[in-house]
Amino acid sequence: MSSEPIYIVTMKVVPKPEEIVFDPVTKTIDRSKATNEINPADKNALEEALKLKDRYGGKVIILSMGPPFFEPFLKIGVSMGADDAILVSDKALAGSDAYVTSKVLARAIEKIGSPTLILCGEESSDGSTGQVPPGVASWLNIHQATYVSKVIELDLSKRIVVVRRTIKGGYEDLEIPIPAVLAIELGANTPRLPDFRRKRWVEKEFKVKIWSLNDLNLKPEEVGLVGSPSRVRELREIKPPERLRKIIENLDEAANEILKLIKNKK
Amino acid sequence: MSWSGIGVFIEQDEGVVEETSLEILSRARELGDQYNLDVIAFLLADNARELADKISGHGASKIVYINNPLFKTYLTDVFTETMYRLINKYRPRYLLFPATRDSRDLAGRLAIKLRTCLLAHVISIDIDPSTMRMNAAVPGFGGSIAAVCECITMPEMATVTPGVFTPRIFKNLRAELIDETEISKDLSSNIRKISRVRMPKPDVSKAEKIVIAGAGCLQDLETVKNFAKEIGAEFAVTRPVADAGLASRDLQVGSTGITLKSKIAIVLGASGAPHFVSGIRDCGYVISVNIDPEAPIKEYSDLFVVGDLYELIKILLARLRG
Repeated sequence: MSSEPIYIVTMKVVPKPEEIVFDPVTKTIDRSKATNEINPADKNALEEALKLKDRYGGKVIILSMGPPFFEPFLKIGVSMGADDAILVSDKALAGSDAYVTSKVLARAIEKIGSPTLILCGEESSDGSTGQVPPGVASWLNIHQATYVSKVIELDLSKRIVVVRRTIKGGYEDLEIPIPAVLAIELGANTPRLPDFRRKRWVEKEFKVKIWSLNDLNLKPEEVGLVGSPSRVRELREIKPPERLRKIIENLDEAANEILKLIKNKK
Repeated sequence: MSWSGIGVFIEQDEGVVEETSLEILSRARELGDQYNLDVIAFLLADNARELADKISGHGASKIVYINNPLFKTYLTDVFTETMYRLINKYRPRYLLFPATRDSRDLAGRLAIKLRTCLLAHVISIDIDPSTMRMNAAVPGFGGSIAAVCECITMPEMATVTPGVFTPRIFKNLRAELIDETEISKDLSSNIRKISRVRMPKPDVSKAEKIVIAGAGCLQDLETVKNFAKEIGAEFAVTRPVADAGLASRDLQVGSTGITLKSKIAIVLGASGAPHFVSGIRDCGYVISVNIDPEAPIKEYSDLFVVGDLYELIKILLARLRG
C-alpha cells in the first residue's frame, strides 16, 4: 500500500431549491430554470479534505455521479485544490436512488483503490436523505462517522482518525479506524475560493476522467430507476397554510398589535 | 419465515428514550390494529429491561430488548450488527426509525447491509391495502414538495421526521417482553469515544411561544435573546445564524433542523427561504419583522411588520417595562 494518504471527496451538483418550480397539474418538477451549484455540504467536505492535505500531505480526488453538465462544477473543485476529478456518467444511471448511488460510488472507490478517508457532505440540499455516506461505508464494509463538524487528527501510523461528531445537545469526539467514511456537516468550515492560477491551468489542461458503467463492471439493470428499490408513486406540493398577511409599516402600531397578540395567544 | 409486522427502533441515550420513537410506536399501533399486524419494538440499552417496562403501553405488542453496557450510547458498528441479527431473526416487513442523527446513521448503514430500501425522514406512513406496501411521503427540495414513495424490497424501511405523530398510551396494552441479550454477547466496538459533551436544554420544538432570529439579527444576537427572555419565549434561529457558529444546530428551524408547533412565532430578520418556512408551517400565528417590504417571509406571515427589528424591540421592551 502506498504511504501517501488519499482523500476521496464525493460531490453532487444540485439545483438551488428556491428556484425549482413545481407544476401541480402535471405533478412534475421543473429544474430547467434553476441555477445549479455544488451541493453546499460537499464544498465543506472538500474543504475538510484540502485541510487534511495541507496538514498531512496526500492527494484529494473528487468523485461524482451524474450527467456531463457536472464537469465544470468538478473543475471548480480542482481549482480549489483537488488533484483529480472523476465523473461516473451513464444514461442508465438516471433515476438512481440513494441505494444505487451509494453502490455506484462504492464501486468507483474500489476502482480508485486504497483510500485513507472518504469525505462526503452530510446530505444533499435536493434529496437530503443523508443516506449516501453510511451507504457507501456499508457497501465497502468500512467504518463511518456522520454529522462530523471537524476532523481533529489523522494518525497514519496508528491507522486512526479522530473526529468531532454532533449529537443531540452537544458533541462527541470519536476515534475510529481508517479507512473510513466521514459525513461532514453543512457549514463545518469556510470553503476556500478557487485559486486563480490553478483555475487557468484547469481551463487549459485539466480533464475530468469520465467512467461508464462498463468501467465499474455494473450492468444497466442494476442501476437507475430499474435498479432502485424505492419508487416514487406521486409528487405532491406541500402547500403552506394560508396566512392573514396583514402588513404594518408603523412600528408603534406594530408594537401595540404584537403586545395584544402575546397576551391573547398564551 | 416470511416478513410480517411492523418493527420500530427505540432510540435511547444513556437510558433516556428518544420521544420520536414513541411517536412512531403510536402510529405503528394504529396501523397494526387496522391491518392486524404485530408491532415489535427493538430496544438496545444498558438498562433495557427497565426501559422496556416504561414504554410498554406505548403501542408495541412485543418488546425485544438487549441489556448490554455496550449500548449505553450509540456506536455505529455494534448497533448495526445487533440490529442486523435481530431483523434477520424477527423479520418485520416494515421497519421504522426516528430521523435523528444517531438513528439515521444506523438506518442508512443497516439498509445496505440488509440490501433493502430506506425512505428518508418521512412525514406520513400508510399501507396501501391493495399491495400491503408501505406508502410514505418524503419531503424534498427544502420541504416544498413531497414524494409519496414505496419500497419494492423487504424489509420496507423508513426514518420518520420527529414531531409528525403524537405519542400515546394505550391503557389496555401490555407488551410481551423478550430478552435477546445473548445475541450481542460476542460483540465489541472498534470505535473509541474519547469525550462527550452535552448541555441538556429545554426542547425548543415544543415551545408555545418562540422568537426566531434570522440573518438580520447577526449584528446583535444578544438583544434578540434578551427580548425572547423578557416576553417568556424560547429562542431559535435560522440556518445562517447557526452556520455563523452563533447558535447550536439544535436551535435551527427548518427542513434540516427542528419543526415548530408554537402558538405564536415571532420571526425577526429572516427572509423566508423555503427550507426555513417548512419549519414554521405548523405554527399557530406567525409575526415577522423585516426591513425589506418584499421579503418572501411576508407570504408566510399573519402579521408582517416592515421596519427595523431593533427599533421595534426597543419600543416593545419600553412598553413591557411600563
